[in-house]
Amino acid sequence: MKINYLRAGARFKLTRSAGLFALAASIISGTAAAEETFKVGVVTFLSGGAAESFGVPAMNGGKMLIKMLNEGGKLPAPYDQKGFGGLTIEAIEVDEAGGATKQVQEFRNLVQREEVDTVLGYVSSGDCLAIPPVADELKAFTILYDCGTPRVFEEGEYEYVFRTASHAAMDNISLAKYLKSRGIKADSYAGINQDYAWGQDSWADFSAAMEQYLPDAEQKTSLFPKIYAGQYGTEISALMRERADVVHSSLWGGDLQALVLQAGPRGLFKKSQVVLAAGDHVIPQLGKKMPDGVIIGARGVNGLAAKPNGGELLETLWAAYEEEYGTFPVQAPFRMWQAMLGLKMAVEKAMAENGGKKPNDEELAAAMTGLEWEAPSGTIRMTLGKGHQAIQPNAIGRTQWDAEKNAMTLVDIEYYSAECVNPPDGIAAVEWIKQGLPGAVCE
Amino acid sequence: MTNSRFFVPVCCVLIFAVLVGIGFIIPQWAMFLATMALAKGLVALGIVILMRAGLVSFGQGLYFCIGAYVSGLMANWTGITDIVLLSILGVLVSVILATICARLLSGYRGIFFAMLTLSLSMILYGALSKMSIIGGTDGLNVSAPTFLGYAPEGRALGFSLYFYTCLVSVIAGGLIRVYFNSERGLTALAIRDNELRVEYLGSSVKSAISSGYIMAAAVGGLGGVIAGLAIGHVDPEYAYWTTSGEFVFVAILSGFFSITAVFASSIVLEVVRSFSNLYFPNTWQLVLGVFLLIVILLLPNGLGSLFSKRRRKGGSE
Repeated sequence: MKINYLRAGARFKLTRSAGLFALAASIISGTAAAEETFKVGVVTFLSGGAAESFGVPAMNGGKMLIKMLNEGGKLPAPYDQKGFGGLTIEAIEVDEAGGATKQVQEFRNLVQREEVDTVLGYVSSGDCLAIPPVADELKAFTILYDCGTPRVFEEGEYEYVFRTASHAAMDNISLAKYLKSRGIKADSYAGINQDYAWGQDSWADFSAAMEQYLPDAEQKTSLFPKIYAGQYGTEISALMRERADVVHSSLWGGDLQALVLQAGPRGLFKKSQVVLAAGDHVIPQLGKKMPDGVIIGARGVNGLAAKPNGGELLETLWAAYEEEYGTFPVQAPFRMWQAMLGLKMAVEKAMAENGGKKPNDEELAAAMTGLEWEAPSGTIRMTLGKGHQAIQPNAIGRTQWDAEKNAMTLVDIEYYSAECVNPPDGIAAVEWIKQGLPGAVCE
Repeated sequence: MTNSRFFVPVCCVLIFAVLVGIGFIIPQWAMFLATMALAKGLVALGIVILMRAGLVSFGQGLYFCIGAYVSGLMANWTGITDIVLLSILGVLVSVILATICARLLSGYRGIFFAMLTLSLSMILYGALSKMSIIGGTDGLNVSAPTFLGYAPEGRALGFSLYFYTCLVSVIAGGLIRVYFNSERGLTALAIRDNELRVEYLGSSVKSAISSGYIMAAAVGGLGGVIAGLAIGHVDPEYAYWTTSGEFVFVAILSGFFSITAVFASSIVLEVVRSFSNLYFPNTWQLVLGVFLLIVILLLPNGLGSLFSKRRRKGGSE
């Protein structure tokens, strides 16, 4: 009896899931057959540690922008054309969780099985290193939208791969510049960064930049807790004991929230000037609990640092995002927007050249190389890595709670032009800093 | 028939012919999926070898990672890209390491064995993560392999990799089948039932477990070499416990009776994961979990119990 029951149950589950599957398939093929579309595989973290701070806000921002573009006429020129050059945009969402091995497989599936026109994605630098060789092998036009490692185009050269955001070197160069130009007391500095490539690279960049801008500053302890550690009691004690004037951190997401919440009551923010290389994205979650006077960057003129610049494009997207998701956009949606708007420009440029057909991968790559376009975060220029790696301006500011508006604001914002904080083409970022940033053009 | 000495070789040749035949018709993405599934199946096969002796290794990622890094570093440092040579090197390094570890591990059983294997692989993970000279946690890229002087590109490359993977999987599977049927291989089953009796009968349990562990390491290293070359990127994640967990998972899915079932489970798991990831981007883990739950509920002895009626009886074990 029991066996029969189980089998019946299984059959029921099977038929039901088959029905669901058929339904899902019909929905998917239904939209595809409707008209000519431009398929974009969007890959970002939908689960795991980087989902809340980077993946989900970016995906939300992306979905919202695609909806607005498909309706057409919602954004100011040159983005007023419907979809991508009249083609309706169709997004296929993929979760980035699961490591580089899985992502390479999913990438192949997107390109070969789903036949997407572009893959746009990747937050993790491991994924950003693993994907480009495969993209070139498959001759598939690919945009890396978020990851920070400079290694992608410093170590390799790719025909079909582009990154539409600056790599991470400018985050820490800007911080050191800010400390110097604002005359902040920095006789000594310490660091707390996660023990993996991002944290190690960030600390290396920051200490190299400090050597250049504030050579007298004494380097004190540098702590490397494990990623997703979440508990920083001993690290905070160590930092308090060091009494460094400046404490640098490139923590992000839940780790950064935990650090701020645990270090706040113990007075670390009062004893030392804390500088956060990528700190803006935890402000919506922390709100008032983010102390005043913390110096933060946003990996570009993103989020609160972009707001004072205004402009129709920014205001439109900002308002739409706030209305849709009930919070203001942080760096993640900004980078998604600049990638998608760049893609739109590239598609439309390629279509203008090929007579209005849907462009193929070669045409897209040719159009994207060296492209320049306006994003909510300023002008994005593909100048590095032979026209495959973007540079963009950056901004650093201080947090200040606005009790009247009941919202966090950024004050004392300094803006840096792209050429000021990004290396010229052909030199590795960390080398460039060590050589004293030759050729930097600052306004 | 099944007792004939020709049975295993004939089966191997047939399976190989079918696999290669399939390779001519399936699309490229499926070929890549199958290559990865077979490579991971090889590692799971190692766990199955140990499972027959009642042991589960939670650290086969160690050899998977060693194989991958040996091929990756060799390709980058010495320029050796020949897949056969890299496979031999990967297996060799795995076997040497396993011979050392086996001395320690063969004295432990149950959860102690599982945890020790796990810790060994996590040591490698930690060490590789710290070595920024070879990429740290971000890992390093591996160039495409060559096949005895043949350097294909595009679909030919995918097919060559698939062909090679099928070949080594079938050979490894065949050899392990022969081992399973041998006196020494059957000792493993006896160890599972009653270790003390095996010792009294004059067999050394320690040496049987050691040789099983070394064999498991060899196929693990082989799987790692293929996976690293197919993916084109290796990172310390290969040695992380979740990767090892995936292999245990395939082994549980397949059960320890059938070797074909190990590869079949690996393919099934990859297919389910691949499609659920695409059609349910926000809940794919849930879909995967439900699928496994169904399999475990309906086939407590694994997919292998579908292939053979003799084994289906053993359901109450």
